[in-house]
Amino acid sequence: MTLFKGAPALKGPSVSTGRPARAWAGFAAAAVALFALAPLALSDFRLGLLAKYLCTAMVAVGICLAWGRGGLLTLGQGVFFGLGGYAMAMHLKIADAGPGNLPDFMQLYGTATELPWWWRPFGNPLFALAATVLLPMAVAAILGSFIFRRRVKGAYFAILSQALAAAFAIWLIGQQATTGGTNGLTDIQGFFGYDLDDPVNQRMVYFVIAAVLLLLIALVRQLIHSRYGELLVAVRDSEERVRFLGYDPANVKLVAYVVAAGTAGLAGALFVPAVGIISPAMIGIVPSIEFVIGAAVGGRASLAGAVLGAIGVAWAKTALSEEFPAAWTYFQGLLFIVALAFLPGGLVSLAQIVRRRRASHTSGDAEGDGDADPDTNAETDGGAGREKSSALPLGGAV
Amino acid sequence: MTVILGQTFTGISIGAVLLLIALGLSLTFGQMNVINMAHGEFIMAGAYTTYVLQKSISGAGLSLLVALPVAFLVAGALGALLEWVLIRRLYLRPLDTLLVTWGVSLMLQQLARDIFGAPNVQTRAPDWLTGNITVLGGDDPLTFANSRLFILALAVAAVVALSLTLRLTSLGRRIRGVVQNRDLAEVSGISTSRVDRTAFFLGSGLAGVAGVALTLVGPIGPTMGTNIIIDAFLVIVVGGIGQLKGTVIVAFALGVMQSVLEYSTTVSVAKVLVLVAIVAFLQWRPQGLYTLRTRSLV
Repeated sequence: MTLFKGAPALKGPSVSTGRPARAWAGFAAAAVALFALAPLALSDFRLGLLAKYLCTAMVAVGICLAWGRGGLLTLGQGVFFGLGGYAMAMHLKIADAGPGNLPDFMQLYGTATELPWWWRPFGNPLFALAATVLLPMAVAAILGSFIFRRRVKGAYFAILSQALAAAFAIWLIGQQATTGGTNGLTDIQGFFGYDLDDPVNQRMVYFVIAAVLLLLIALVRQLIHSRYGELLVAVRDSEERVRFLGYDPANVKLVAYVVAAGTAGLAGALFVPAVGIISPAMIGIVPSIEFVIGAAVGGRASLAGAVLGAIGVAWAKTALSEEFPAAWTYFQGLLFIVALAFLPGGLVSLAQIVRRRRASHTSGDAEGDGDADPDTNAETDGGAGREKSSALPLGGAV
Repeated sequence: MTVILGQTFTGISIGAVLLLIALGLSLTFGQMNVINMAHGEFIMAGAYTTYVLQKSISGAGLSLLVALPVAFLVAGALGALLEWVLIRRLYLRPLDTLLVTWGVSLMLQQLARDIFGAPNVQTRAPDWLTGNITVLGGDDPLTFANSRLFILALAVAAVVALSLTLRLTSLGRRIRGVVQNRDLAEVSGISTSRVDRTAFFLGSGLAGVAGVALTLVGPIGPTMGTNIIIDAFLVIVVGGIGQLKGTVIVAFALGVMQSVLEYSTTVSVAKVLVLVAIVAFLQWRPQGLYTLRTRSLV
């Protein structure tokens, strides 16, 4: 195995500095679709569903950064989604109950006569809003610094993040009296003084979600195309080389993990007014993996791919599972197998494969054929004694 | 005193179940660096095999004994098939195998739901496993459930069998060779692809045996694999990948810890505490309790 086996990667998307004009056109098209076309074309019910899908897409933005660019397969995004969601829901429950009153489920169980101490700060709207983002980021920062400093990575990291999701969901279920247990926090009525039953206010929530999603995409795109973004890809492809160059890979990974946690927290927070409920069933192992599916199917390394994939898979789930619940599960499994085993770059890489095939046909040059996407090499964290065939797409930037 | 002993025994029996599950996983993980999320569904296959056999063979005791080898073969065949169809194409991308096999596990769960129905089913334990053994008499007797002792014996037998296979047979030598240095094994004339498939067959077969054991302690259902697989993965991460000794020690350690913490707090808090302990442990030994020494920089 030669050191530079992945040489074609040098011209691949992982180091592309982006095509600003095309990116702006795509961004503008997305804005028009989200703010003009969708509200006009869709019924209130469908628009509400779209709001839900957009929340999934926000999580996918973070997954694109952490996994697609950084190679950190985080199977525990549900934890951060849940932290954001519960922080928001706790505030809304307190606000619904009014001053001095307990949220309805606490009265129902009769276990609590007053608000638990850790609920109280969430009565403050500013604290609650800040917590939806900062709480997941803080948890990710603490956990990530423990994990990355000691160079726990690859499969170990994925399994730990998954165990975290399982433990968090089990813990929430266990605290029936203060978290609502399996039911979660349900029946949320108001959103900062607005009645959520009113379709007009539901539309407002949709617009907030669409705006936040676009903002997150723009921010993460900046990050990906910055010097940091190139460093992140470099860490993914060859951590040791980056370390020898004098950088600390642990910090590079930590930033991606924390940002991904923040986007997931924000998504969870906005999911609550859009759907009116947050429960352990939405944040455990299965939903955590489902967050990853969308990004994988669309294209984990590309923001557009991850976002469109997340929306598409969430839509397919609603459309198919309503009518054929069994068929959906088979389809979901198959989609996952095909996308990851045979199309690791996701659907967006199809165009690229076609382009390369055509190029290699016309020039009679077989190079690059079959090596469709440099991200194929993303997770070659070979275990003990296995040589790595990683690309070195450092470019001139580092 | 009896309480402590009782909790420790419960912990050891939880550890035995974990060990049975993690043993096969450790083999496939260590062998190809493949994280098989469908391992939980191979366990389920073993459990449903027991159920089907009990339906067709009268006599719970006989059907249980027949189920052990049959479940081994059924789950092993599933594993070999999975390896042949999917995993051998992916062995340089371990993280992708995790997700691909999760897709497989989704489909297998749905298949089980379509064949056996969504509700859990139950098997009857044979008569010779229903009683208890009283160890300490008196006012505060200490009793061990026979079924738990049987599982413990099964786990010990599985460890011994696997360990002897790895140490003494030529297949075991080939497996160890491939785990230690795949490229060197390949140039030494070992057909690594054949060794991979055999190891996968053995590892998945052990999952089937674990499934038989699980029918003695709980209901059989389509999602039974998902719930328990994460714990088994943690055992391997803490024990060290592909390290039999580490797997055994950590399975029992985590089992006892879980049981003792559950007794002093609640089930859900115990889960969280165990996870915190694992993260703390990895600060001390990031590669697990036992590691294969290599010259790899990673």
